[in-house]
Amino acid sequence: MIYWNSFSDFLHMGGYGLYVWGSFGVTAAVMTIEPILVARNRKATLSRLKRQMRAEARNTAE
Amino acid sequence: MTRRFNLYHFASPATFYPLAGALIPWFAAASVLFGLAGLYLGMLVAPTDFQQGEGYRIIFIHVPASWMSMFIYLVMAFWAAIGLAFNTRLSGMMTQALAPTGALMAFLSLWTGALWGKPMWGTWWVWDARLTSELILLFLYIGYMALVAAIDDPRRADKAGGLLLLVGVVNVPIIYFSVKWWNTLHQGSSVNLTKSSMAETMLWGMLLMAMCFWMYAIAVAFARVRTIMLERERHTDWVKAILAGGEK
Amino acid sequence: MLGVVTAVIARDLKLAMRRQADIVSALFFFIIVVSLFPLGIGPEPDLLRKLAPGVLWVAALLATMLSLPRLFADDHRDGTLEQLALSPHPLGLVVTGKVIAHWLVSGLPLTLIAPVLGIQFDLSTEALLVLTGAILLGTPALSGIGAIGAALTLGLRGGGVLLSLLVLPLYIPVLIFGAGAVDATVSGLGGEGHLSLLGAMTFASLGFAPWASAAALKIALE
Repeated sequence: MIYWNSFSDFLHMGGYGLYVWGSFGVTAAVMTIEPILVARNRKATLSRLKRQMRAEARNTAE
Repeated sequence: MTRRFNLYHFASPATFYPLAGALIPWFAAASVLFGLAGLYLGMLVAPTDFQQGEGYRIIFIHVPASWMSMFIYLVMAFWAAIGLAFNTRLSGMMTQALAPTGALMAFLSLWTGALWGKPMWGTWWVWDARLTSELILLFLYIGYMALVAAIDDPRRADKAGGLLLLVGVVNVPIIYFSVKWWNTLHQGSSVNLTKSSMAETMLWGMLLMAMCFWMYAIAVAFARVRTIMLERERHTDWVKAILAGGEK
Repeated sequence: MLGVVTAVIARDLKLAMRRQADIVSALFFFIIVVSLFPLGIGPEPDLLRKLAPGVLWVAALLATMLSLPRLFADDHRDGTLEQLALSPHPLGLVVTGKVIAHWLVSGLPLTLIAPVLGIQFDLSTEALLVLTGAILLGTPALSGIGAIGAALTLGLRGGGVLLSLLVLPLYIPVLIFGAGAVDATVSGLGGEGHLSLLGAMTFASLGFAPWASAAALKIALE
């Protein structure tokens, strides 16, 4: 079923290793970093909005 | 009248926010599963291509990334048309949430295209009709994001961005055909990335990877649109309830 | 209907005549940019002849960009634009007039000077004719498409750079067929096909762009 004979064959990619893994590596990096950035941005936005809301609540209470 | 009400109900951020939140894990899981299956077929099972050697395996991400970069632009234009026609708030938020992912897909398509081109054509970059169109598509994404970022009023940003998307989507075929024509006049180096008749496992691998990219794009766009919604609707009751409820 | 268009053209031309320095500056920008290329790449006539169409067209795109931010900005600042938008005339017609006026003060001077610059690049008479014809046919499309960008970026910070970011990718088909017409003539294939496509693009953009710009202006004025 599996096409490759050994793991080093798989990494070597018939001489195209650099290109194939360069493509897959960058794609994997992009698809990992983008969700992390989105999640971070969400956290930052949530805490900022909460702070704003508390500040507004305090202002109206005074 | 009821139908109209339902449309507005569904398109209202207060309804869409929890819906998107509930759907994100499913899309993310689907993306991972499709990705694993696609990588298994494409990287482990599929035989080598007798013309291109193992280098052809780049198409398992190049083609899905190119498809998604074009598809996301079309989806954005669709939302833009809905937004301009029905004045729905959700559409502008969706286009803004999709744009960065679309631009990244265009970038990935160019990056993998260059890495494919180096061993196949002997050069990182060829002014091939498809690569050139993809580059222009990336410019269009950047233009859209720059325009939206420059406008402070979100309602104007939505509408101006939407109009730019509609103008862009009218132009995309014109640009594509002019680039194609220009290309055939200047050189005949149109080695096709996908021309060789593909084995069935290869085709399946590619389709599974395309599904993986698609699900990924939906999950990320939904996650991003939720943040945009909170930001935009921060003065509404439903956002205040979420903020007070202490959702992480 | 035509009255609105001609009235707007006449008014804009009158205003432009009060600021002739702007027109002349854009024209000299075009001349200087084109003249820089031989200095940058060397004076071999063969090379220059090959590069001429592309260089002249890219410089024409950039020179057109220079005057675009002002297309609506002045009228916006003094409130004329809002009045025009509220007037009973369709805003698209008003924009059509403004686009034509813009072409008369930016595209037309470029067309007139282009053959002179083509001589610098050692183009043959036939190539010069085609070049001039291509710029004559293509620059109205540049004004039309540019108007959409100008309307979208009206009143925004960094409007000029943003405008070029939005508009230059949309100019690519005009660039391809404009420069291609001269290339095809030089290589003996004949540039008629390119020229007719260029003309088609100009007509399409003059029909379509003013209405898109009008919609963008209404968004900006809200």
